[in-house]
Amino acid sequence: MELSWNRKDLLCLYDLSAEEITFILDTAAEFKKVSERRVKKVPALRGKTVVNFFVEPSTRTRVSFELAEQRLSADIVNMAADSSSLRKGETLLDTVKNIEALQVDLIVMRHSAPGAQDFIARHVRCGVINAGDGAHSHPTQALLDLFTIREKKGSFKGLKVTILGDILHSRVARGDLWGLLKLGAEVTLCGPATLVPREFESIGVRVCHDLRSGLENADVVNLLRIQHERQTAGFFPSTGEYAKFFGLNMETVKYLKPDALIMHPGPINRDVELASALADGPQSVILEQVTNGLAVRMAVLFLVAGCVR
Amino acid sequence: MKKNFLLKGGRVIDPARGVDQIMDLGVLDGRMVDPGQVPDPEVVELGGLVVTPGFIDLHVHLRQPGNTGAETIASGTRAAAAGGFTAVVAMPNTNPAADTAGAIEYLRQTAARKGVVRVLPCGCMTKNYAGAEMAGIGGLKSAGVVALSDDGRCIQDHALMRHVVEYASSFGLPILDHCEENTLKASGVMHEGKWSVLLGMEGIPAMSEELMVARDVMLARLTGGRIHIQHVSSGGSVELIRQARAGGLPVTGEVTPHHLALTDECIKSYDTNYKMNPPLRSEADRQALIAGLVDDTLTVIATDHAPHTRTAKLVEFDNAPFGIVGLETALGVVLTKLYATGIMPLDRLVAKFTTGPAAVLGMNDYSLAPGHPADLTIFAPDQEWVVDAEKFQSLGRNTPFHGMTLRGRPRATVVGGQFVFNTLE
Repeated sequence: MELSWNRKDLLCLYDLSAEEITFILDTAAEFKKVSERRVKKVPALRGKTVVNFFVEPSTRTRVSFELAEQRLSADIVNMAADSSSLRKGETLLDTVKNIEALQVDLIVMRHSAPGAQDFIARHVRCGVINAGDGAHSHPTQALLDLFTIREKKGSFKGLKVTILGDILHSRVARGDLWGLLKLGAEVTLCGPATLVPREFESIGVRVCHDLRSGLENADVVNLLRIQHERQTAGFFPSTGEYAKFFGLNMETVKYLKPDALIMHPGPINRDVELASALADGPQSVILEQVTNGLAVRMAVLFLVAGCVR
Repeated sequence: MKKNFLLKGGRVIDPARGVDQIMDLGVLDGRMVDPGQVPDPEVVELGGLVVTPGFIDLHVHLRQPGNTGAETIASGTRAAAAGGFTAVVAMPNTNPAADTAGAIEYLRQTAARKGVVRVLPCGCMTKNYAGAEMAGIGGLKSAGVVALSDDGRCIQDHALMRHVVEYASSFGLPILDHCEENTLKASGVMHEGKWSVLLGMEGIPAMSEELMVARDVMLARLTGGRIHIQHVSSGGSVELIRQARAGGLPVTGEVTPHHLALTDECIKSYDTNYKMNPPLRSEADRQALIAGLVDDTLTVIATDHAPHTRTAKLVEFDNAPFGIVGLETALGVVLTKLYATGIMPLDRLVAKFTTGPAAVLGMNDYSLAPGHPADLTIFAPDQEWVVDAEKFQSLGRNTPFHGMTLRGRPRATVVGGQFVFNTLE
């Protein structure tokens, strides 16, 4: 395979070219086969050490990364904020410098502050993979979404993708956005005006606050989880009202193209943003996204590790 | 050093007298005199360098007492001298806060011993600038404050603010107000706009400032008290101040060099040296600030010099404190952006550093006329230099201008006839 990857960090798809994104997706397609074998393990990262440093708690992303690392034969250590010295007042940079001093090759990091991984990556030699930085980005989630769409739809050119829900607070939305735009999709962001800022129009996406026009003729809809705390903070009056006006249900699903994909990064609030029957229905690719996430993370770990000196 | 001297061949810009010409200036016993009246003078050849009344910075955080790792009265005033400032108004949000006569006395005594430029004390409007109870404003005035401010926090209780403005006016003290409505600001860390939306950061809407600027304009109308709006950052605020001044209200406004030079787009680097409050706003806001400076809606350039330790700033953007240093780059940044580009002539920019701030403090004849204190700023308007934060006099290194080439550099600063900064040789 021609080497067209030379980054020691994966921070945000904003930084990547369409070619680099495609290269990761192609690599992921190879790694997807590994998990389909009887022996689900390759020696690609044997002798490499990866620290999963989750300053903000996570279950699904952390488990996915852990499994990806194990299937690549890496040595792994998990650190959570609770058990780290951050609780004792150490700065984030000092904590990471201490991890690096243990001759670690890669740090997979989640943090609640946008840009925290960019900040850290500038100060360490080891590779940094962003596993979510606040509401900013979640590049492996974006890549697994892109992988899933490509697998089902073949190409992104002219594909109509609607992201529906709490865009304002969503790293998934921001991550997907750059990948989709770079690969040539037409992106619509839809949801109530409190959660979908019109400033997104400045980068060439459509912003709309009416569900019907947001979903009409879409090839893909990616739903975002509606968090209860947004209601208490006054962004919308109740989850019931949200579900009624902005949820995807048996009626509103008819606005989509008949073969449209229904995606969700999880965890789902059944019958709030997404009707249960649709989550389990034939258009749903939600569990395939999870499966593909493993392949994408294996690809990213493999490529980034190859560039760490 | 030189007590009695003759400054020869400088381009004297003295806005209060409408002077902009090559002429000589005499200094005798710390005061300006006619050049012919200096006996046996030491001659300082200026060769066309610009000489102006000493620059006054209405907005400086000296951090002493309470955070002397970030700055001290000694280091902060050395930084002021190196930036061409002969006087700084010291913000009262120290620890303990400057909300009592005793705290002002401490500042004055320490400044007298350690300071190299004039330190003009500013007292709190409310006790511990907590916005709940009025501070002892009469006592602060007796102790020597030149103004009142709860800088860093804005009084949210409008009735209390009304009383503070009214009460302060009976002592002739201007209010320097940090305008910010707390529920709209919430936990925002940068300007709310395209870049906060793209970066996923919590935004501070311009309206959080504009709402309180509007409140202050109304209070000036209601009470007749003098209100100076600190670090104006949005175009909406400029328009509110413009209308207030057109209506003859006693409202003035200042703008910082960084708000004139930078925008929120800089934050895509996550460099915490772009984090300050009010935040860097949009390009449209920046242009509105420049327009406000040009048409004299904004009469003052002030730095909001806010030093922080390296450790404090070397963190995630969300967790970094607000504020950057500004004393040593102010002149260079302003001349680079506004004079070298032809947007404003030198004499009008000098006014923003001299007569503009002096007028806010009630000094309406701030000039180099004979008899006035010999507070002078001497600078090279076209000299190019590269900012090196490691060479700052300030203990603070938190500048977004590090490594930038600026045009216009302070060369000497004279306070009361003494050279407190001098790179003329």
